[in-house]
Amino acid sequence: MIDAYSILWADLMALKRRGPRYLITTLVSPILYLVAFGWGLGRGINLNGTSYLEFVIPGIIALTAMTTSFNGAGTRLNVDRLYFKSFDECLMAPIGLTSLLLGKALIGVVRGLMSSVAFLVVALLIAPHIHISPQFLLGLLLTCLAFAFLGVLAALLARSHEDMAVFGSLILMPMTFLGGTFFSLSQVPLGLKYALYLLPLTHSSLFLRAAALDQPLPWGSFLVLLAFLAAFLVGGMMTLKRISI
Amino acid sequence: MSKMIEISGLNKDYSGKKVIDGLDLEIEHGELFGFLGPNGAGKTTAIRILTTLTKPSSGMVAINGIDVAREPARVKSEFGIVQQHLSLNRDLTIGENLELHARLHHLSKKERSERIADLLDYVELSDHIDYLIDDVSGGMKRRAMIARALIHRPKLLFLDEPTVGLDAQTRRKVWELIRRMNADGTTVFLTTHYIEEAEALCQRVGVLHHGRIIAIGSPLSLRQKLGLIAVEMNLNGNATEYRYFPDRAQAAKFIKSLPDTERVVMRESNLEDVFIELTGQKVLGGVT
Repeated sequence: MIDAYSILWADLMALKRRGPRYLITTLVSPILYLVAFGWGLGRGINLNGTSYLEFVIPGIIALTAMTTSFNGAGTRLNVDRLYFKSFDECLMAPIGLTSLLLGKALIGVVRGLMSSVAFLVVALLIAPHIHISPQFLLGLLLTCLAFAFLGVLAALLARSHEDMAVFGSLILMPMTFLGGTFFSLSQVPLGLKYALYLLPLTHSSLFLRAAALDQPLPWGSFLVLLAFLAAFLVGGMMTLKRISI
Repeated sequence: MSKMIEISGLNKDYSGKKVIDGLDLEIEHGELFGFLGPNGAGKTTAIRILTTLTKPSSGMVAINGIDVAREPARVKSEFGIVQQHLSLNRDLTIGENLELHARLHHLSKKERSERIADLLDYVELSDHIDYLIDDVSGGMKRRAMIARALIHRPKLLFLDEPTVGLDAQTRRKVWELIRRMNADGTTVFLTTHYIEEAEALCQRVGVLHHGRIIAIGSPLSLRQKLGLIAVEMNLNGNATEYRYFPDRAQAAKFIKSLPDTERVVMRESNLEDVFIELTGQKVLGGVT
């Protein structure tokens, strides 16, 4: 754990230098989604007694957590590995691969939590009825962990910066719009609904929405997210073992 | 006592192409050894295998008696490395880069601060501890990389093309630093394609060509085998021809026997001559 923290420490130093700028840029997308979908498209829509604005905010939080955790861990690692080549220095250090993997993922978790919480603060000003419970924060943490490890896995598999962009276009972008963020799964045909359950973001959205709206929690989604986290972690570990001696 | 480096029957293939071809090499403790060869000779691949970054196709590599393939975690504490490319974290200051490396090598907080101060003083960068990497010159970056590589007091230091891209003055400063480290007891293994660098620094040089050592010895002994005096002749206006002699008297006697001495030059031979004679190529590329 000390070695993982050492890796994280370096990334935190870099983040500290860019903190305010990072927070401002990271808030642009979710606020745009909020304005476009919450206030624009969804104004006047009511879903089983919940305003669309309150419905969509937890989805945007899940989406923000996904994007910033993935990019926070994955894009950084991709640049360190293929451009700066400073990742080689970590591979040559006498530390365990588990610590290295965890250390590289943790900065994604930190960035994901920072962005999500910053957006949550903005969202609470608009929709003060949103319920922030320990379960909500647990779901948010799990979302950040899962997507940070997915980012690390993608960065370890990528052979170029373009590969990361392709991963974003083929995996993240479809999830952005299909992962239960902007619409209820009860509104889509049954076949598509089951297909959407295969996306980790769907389960993040379902869990965070239920927690934020103080509804019964879908613990099944929580377990599926845990399974995704485990799969990304094992995938990352296997890939790291393959690229190091 | 084991050698500092032992390489036996080392091979590395990339997509069927042999990059390292049956390499055998032993380096003693305290030696300053250099791999000399053109780009693509296999120098960097050899270093990557030695430093656990690349798996060999076959063969055995040991550092200070520790098998690199079997005990990579243990061997990582034995060496430091300055890579050819800039491998510092550009988001961090010079001091933070050293701090990270010291943390990864498990130095205590007190050790870290003392060691960073000492090493920055050693490489004359104490005044730049808080500078971001992109805000310092190429020579300073290279010295910062050397300081970082030494932070855990490694017994062996790898320097992959340590002065590539540096101006002549900075290059000499780095050479002085390398000599000082070696005098302080660190075994140094460097790769270079600069002839004068190999001649100026190395006690022993291995000439690498297509992944094989084609000659090995001190720069003087390699030159002696060829002849310490070179005569360059461009008699018919075509390609330059070379002849080598053990001393100036014999070279002068040969020149006297030539019909035309206008385009004839007598000089001391160098490792470039050794390389050309062995391979028909120049170290920096091109065919003679």
